[in-house]
Amino acid sequence: MRRRGWGMLARPSFWVPVLLIFGIGILPPITGSATLRENLFLLLEYVALASSLNILLGYTGYVSFGHIVFFGIGGYVGFWCLSVLHLSLALAALAGAAAAAVLALVIGVSVLRLRGAYFALATLGINEAMSAFVSNFGPFGGSVGMSLNFSVYQDYGGAGNALWLTYYAMLGLALLVVVMSYVVKTSRFGLGLFSIREDEDAAVVMGVPAPRAKTIALVLSAIVPGVIGVLFFFKQGTIEPPNAFSLQSSIEIIVMVMLGGFGTVLGPVIGAAGYERLRGFLLTSDPFKSLQLTIAGIVLLLIILFVPSGAIGWIRRRLPRLRAVLE
Amino acid sequence: MVDQLVASLVDGLLIGLVYGVAAMGLTLIWGVVEVINLAHGAIIALAMFGLYYLVSWAGLNPYIALPFVALGGLLLGYVVYAIAVQRVIDAPPLASLLATFAVNMIIIGTATTIFTTSPYSITFGLGSLSAGPVTVPATRIVASFASVAVAAGLYFFLYRSGTGRSIRAVANNRAAAELMGIPSGRVLALSFGIGTMLAAAAGALIATFFPFTILSGESYQLKSFVIVVLGGLGNPMGALLGGLVLGILEGLVPVFTSPSWTPVIEFLLFVAILLVRPSGLFGQRT
Repeated sequence: MRRRGWGMLARPSFWVPVLLIFGIGILPPITGSATLRENLFLLLEYVALASSLNILLGYTGYVSFGHIVFFGIGGYVGFWCLSVLHLSLALAALAGAAAAAVLALVIGVSVLRLRGAYFALATLGINEAMSAFVSNFGPFGGSVGMSLNFSVYQDYGGAGNALWLTYYAMLGLALLVVVMSYVVKTSRFGLGLFSIREDEDAAVVMGVPAPRAKTIALVLSAIVPGVIGVLFFFKQGTIEPPNAFSLQSSIEIIVMVMLGGFGTVLGPVIGAAGYERLRGFLLTSDPFKSLQLTIAGIVLLLIILFVPSGAIGWIRRRLPRLRAVLE
Repeated sequence: MVDQLVASLVDGLLIGLVYGVAAMGLTLIWGVVEVINLAHGAIIALAMFGLYYLVSWAGLNPYIALPFVALGGLLLGYVVYAIAVQRVIDAPPLASLLATFAVNMIIIGTATTIFTTSPYSITFGLGSLSAGPVTVPATRIVASFASVAVAAGLYFFLYRSGTGRSIRAVANNRAAAELMGIPSGRVLALSFGIGTMLAAAAGALIATFFPFTILSGESYQLKSFVIVVLGGLGNPMGALLGGLVLGILEGLVPVFTSPSWTPVIEFLLFVAILLVRPSGLFGQRT
């Protein structure tokens, strides 16, 4: 059992991911570059989504194809608060978080008793059902979706300021998720999750309250994506079902977690950043542009086949001395 | 109203059988290899294009070209198995899910650059048959008969041949089957190949009456998931019945409400069955 509480502040493995994100995240305000801000917004979004999924996928060992459903439902509820109820962004973000948490709780008490492939399939079904439902749901604009009146941004000092505001919020969220995943990983609760991952039946016998622990893990992993959804679509100004509930994005998030190393704190951060950079590179360099998806697929396949523990997992195994620094 | 009901029902049943064939492939792979093949939709879509080129370039009759497409599906399955699946068979489910998804990305990415995402269709028709209020294009009737024939063929292969017995033995208990001297490696590869062959056959049959793009496969793959769960994971014959149930749903829902509600009902049913009866509508109670 490791030290808990504020003891983590004395450990380098806590500061590595936090300072990494902060150091990169602070660059746009220093340089004042809007392009850099837009690129890093996406990068931080990926970092936060991947790290939050890691709590369920990496720590607890449950494969979810529906992580994006929390982003989607949070985004929709928050967007509705903004455009119909004319609430402030902060309240909308809270509503998005609450919506995602409630959905996670419902899934947690009902669907999380399925295991392995059955759970994975069920999450796929939930995402598709939600997407199809929202496409038919009148108050959310059906298949057309909703859009914000441009005047909304005036409350935040114009569109330009609103973009900076969402950027800072996203940076804060990314830091929050990483701290959260560190705290969970080094806690007794986290140890329970890891034992569920290794052998759920044995964990139950040893006294881990598996159903409750799994549900808490799912809710924890769902809240931040709910807020990200609100920020993302506030920035976007429009929301449509295919953008909110894209199965492709769900799988991309899994890829990021795998790329960096599932079950580690730093892994999803590195994986998300690496994936975003790779994608950006493939999309902008001519010979690869049209084959972007193919190359990403080949990279993924090579990782699964030859480096299944991801970049950080691989380094931790190869260089045990770095384990104190890379959690 | 009744006329419309009967017409949609017949329509749904005929298409459901074809969906059932694709799902049989998915469920066979799940049952024997214990892998959820996320490249299933990509293979369905490739088969549609395979048929398209055999018909439009080589000038073959679609039904003569179909066995070649199916054979192509079998070979592709062997290749995919050897490259991507074999190494992750004993790894946690995530590894095989992602490996087959990577194959899906590779196929879709490459095929999109070749075929773009514009719609294709095979200009071919056999006229249509009418009985009372029901008028059905003959291609769909042929496709549903072909589906039943494929299902019957699979049944006899699995339950009446030695190889089929090996496949069922491996599905039942791989370790025990190996102890009995069954070459499980070959059986797994064959099962994967037959699964993708069924996907290719279904794709080719669908291409004879629906237009398609390279991305069409995804929606058929999602339908296959629903059918597989309806029929019980790993149960090929249940998948054919599951296909019928899905077909009936797709036929009936638009009669009563907007067709856009169909996926909502389908996927809610899908999750509900996973929760309440994971062995499927027709499986034994667990």
